[in-house]
Amino acid sequence: MTLTISWFLILAAALFSIGVAGVLIRRNALVMFMSIELMLNSVNLTFVAVSRELGLIEGQVAALFVMVVAAAEVTIGLAIIVAVFRRKASANVDELAELRG
Amino acid sequence: MTDLLWILIALPLTGAFINIVFGKRIGEPLAGWLGFVLVGSAWAIAVVPTLGLLTGSGTPETIYLFSWIPVVGADAAILWDPLSALLTMIVTGVGALIHLYSIGYMHGDERFARFFGYLNLFIASMLILVLASNYAVMFIGWELVGLSSYLLISFWFKKPSAAAAGKKAFIVNRIGDWGFLVALMIIFASFGTFDFGVIFTTAPVVLTTGAATAITLLLFLGATGKSAQIPLYIWLPDAMEGPTPVSALIHAATMVTAGVFMMARSAVLFELAPISGVTIAVIGGATALLAAVIAVTQMDIKKVLAYSTISQLGYMVMGVGVGAYSAGVFHLSTHAFFKALLFLGAGSVIHGMADEQDMRKMGGLRKAMPVTFVTMTVGWLAISGIFPFSGFWSKDEILAATFQRGGPWLILWAVGILAALLTAFYMTRLYVLTFLGKPRWAEGTEPHESPWTMTLPLAVLAVAAVIFGVFNTPARLAFEHFLEPSFALISHAEPLDLPLAAVLALFALVVAIGGIAWSWFRYNRDELPVEEGGFWQRGLNGFAVDDLYGRVIVEPGKKVCEWFADSVDPKGIDGVSHGIAQGVRTAGDGLKTLQSGQVRSYAGGIAIGAVVLILAVLALGGGF
Amino acid sequence: MGELIVFIIFATVALVSAIGMVLAKNPVYSAIGLLGAMFSIAVLYVLLDAHFVAAVQVIVYAGAVMTLFLFVIMLIGVDNREAYGPAVPAQRIMTAVVSIGLFAAIVLAGRAAWITGSNAFGTPDLNGTIENVSDELFGTWTVVFLSTVMLLTIAALGTIALAYFGTDVPDEEATL
Repeated sequence: MTLTISWFLILAAALFSIGVAGVLIRRNALVMFMSIELMLNSVNLTFVAVSRELGLIEGQVAALFVMVVAAAEVTIGLAIIVAVFRRKASANVDELAELRG
Repeated sequence: MTDLLWILIALPLTGAFINIVFGKRIGEPLAGWLGFVLVGSAWAIAVVPTLGLLTGSGTPETIYLFSWIPVVGADAAILWDPLSALLTMIVTGVGALIHLYSIGYMHGDERFARFFGYLNLFIASMLILVLASNYAVMFIGWELVGLSSYLLISFWFKKPSAAAAGKKAFIVNRIGDWGFLVALMIIFASFGTFDFGVIFTTAPVVLTTGAATAITLLLFLGATGKSAQIPLYIWLPDAMEGPTPVSALIHAATMVTAGVFMMARSAVLFELAPISGVTIAVIGGATALLAAVIAVTQMDIKKVLAYSTISQLGYMVMGVGVGAYSAGVFHLSTHAFFKALLFLGAGSVIHGMADEQDMRKMGGLRKAMPVTFVTMTVGWLAISGIFPFSGFWSKDEILAATFQRGGPWLILWAVGILAALLTAFYMTRLYVLTFLGKPRWAEGTEPHESPWTMTLPLAVLAVAAVIFGVFNTPARLAFEHFLEPSFALISHAEPLDLPLAAVLALFALVVAIGGIAWSWFRYNRDELPVEEGGFWQRGLNGFAVDDLYGRVIVEPGKKVCEWFADSVDPKGIDGVSHGIAQGVRTAGDGLKTLQSGQVRSYAGGIAIGAVVLILAVLALGGGF
Repeated sequence: MGELIVFIIFATVALVSAIGMVLAKNPVYSAIGLLGAMFSIAVLYVLLDAHFVAAVQVIVYAGAVMTLFLFVIMLIGVDNREAYGPAVPAQRIMTAVVSIGLFAAIVLAGRAAWITGSNAFGTPDLNGTIENVSDELFGTWTVVFLSTVMLLTIAALGTIALAYFGTDVPDEEATL
């Protein structure tokens, strides 16, 4: 058995699905946010793996850009969570349902 | 020199702008003088190039101003040829005199400056119309003329009848405008351009007889609106609700001639459609006769002149119909002078009689208003066709041209002679009832002569009404030669032999004198004849044509509109819009449960959607 | 063979950490789980010859982002209130179905198109060193790189704005 690219891709798919499950079952905004980070990481893994396979450095560049965007997203997202917490004294997203139709 | 002709239009337009926008500050009488000076300057500027055309030192030309819609051949350009030069001279000349007259007539009106703004706007519109070098620009002038006419007729809009008259004129004219517009569409479909030059030179090749007939009949429909012919003449008598200078300027001298001018301009097209020619001539003749009969029965001095105008326009249209374009235009010119004179004279009488318009309450004004009396005498003789006044020459020429066609056209000639007889009759009636006999004034009325600003235009117009006819006698057709370049593309009938023409003219003269004598002896006595029979009543009512239109067209139209308002609008259109609104509301009520506010349910939706999409792509792409 | 072993070890660590992150009741444990997953992924990057990306992964994610997470957890307190609400079994089942379905769908979709290892490991023709990456990053993608600079600046400004204006909120509420 040799290591091929498929292993990485299947692992990435599995991590992504776990991230989705995290977003769906957790009510803590922080943990949901971590799950999203996990999904981003799994996508990055796919980028890098395919970059290696195709011999194109662009895949790694794309992974770097995803990281930059993720970093920006984390700062804003955490700031929002803190702001919400200050108002609601809770990080439970189920309590943030003011926009119910 | 001619490349500055755009100033002609710019001058009255400037006046209109200044008087409408700043009129209140300028005030009376400066606003009036401003309007008069601008229009007078336009006339003065137009004199030199017109003399150039007259003496042959200038040539007809098209002066390009700027590109407007080049694809349809509609440039802003001025076509300067004898026809447009003549109309320009009439419009600015008579227009300037009427401006001067209005300074006196409108004295004390609270919207004095506004009136002159509208008058200037009208002059500018009319100049756009006559100087256009293509149908598109002509149509703009045509519509602007209609607009300013509306503004002027309903100038005293606080009087309900004036407001209604303005509305009526506008709406009736729109029917004609529809015809004009459709004609323009057919012209464009046939030629691909609106340019006069291209259309008139290629028309014999491009147009079939059927297309030419359609175009010319529709153009004629437009002309019946503006030039007040059967069936659309009904607006003109009502338009007398406007101030009298307006009646003189618009409904005698200029605007109503627009239809005749337009047909003369399109002479080439009319030449290609013999059927249209017959139709036009017959309608013209019928209008001349019908309006003359109605004029006989009218009691209001302005109404007599209004129907008289319709009748005289009938002559012009008849002239165009028989192909005597220059005769029609010649009558247009002479009529512009003597009818403007008559209207202004009538205005002077009304002014002096403190707004009395009923001729039964006049009489004996000869001494009270000497200048008006003398000038009205000239106008009366001119319109009646007495030698050597201008009306004699121009009317005679149209009748001669009709006679010359021979055959069934002789009937039309006889109608024309009959109308001439009636014209002499009703004009004498007006003249005698107003100026001769004993005073029948209402108590407390003290007639007085009008100020010089009103009598001077009368005098000038009287001179023109006397001498203008001499320009075109059967012996010396100077006028026709002048107009020749404008009608170069159509064939000309040979002029009548001089002896025959003289006999016809003599006959017409005898008829006119007969009409005058008959009327003179009937009315010039102390006891007025009783005129209360059925004929007089019906005639006074215009033979109930308005009622007929009301019953046949307006009432059914109102019914249809009411049906739409009561049934189609609330049930159909409102039903659709309310139904849509109700549907949206119901759908929203149903769908709002999806908006749970739960972030995780949204995320679940995204995830499920992603799964479904992937599977769908696989299924469709055969990836399984 | 060595590579396969390394892969299996760290793939297992990543999966276990990820599952732990999702299931841990305490957010602190979740954060530690995420940290483990990220470290494992960094190792896998090295395996894929993406040295520079691996380094950035450790510094940015495992360093900065995770610190930030932990910091926020400390700031707002370890929140166990999640446990108060009853766990809805239907929700859990739905979640399991959806996530497994998603995994299956991705694998199914990638199956036919997946690259089957034409470039065997051990014969790398691509080396993700700083030099190679930066050639690309500052050559072809200069403008994009600069725009990320702007993005980060805006994010920083946004955070400051949220923190600054957020302090008024209770007062605002009082006036409502």
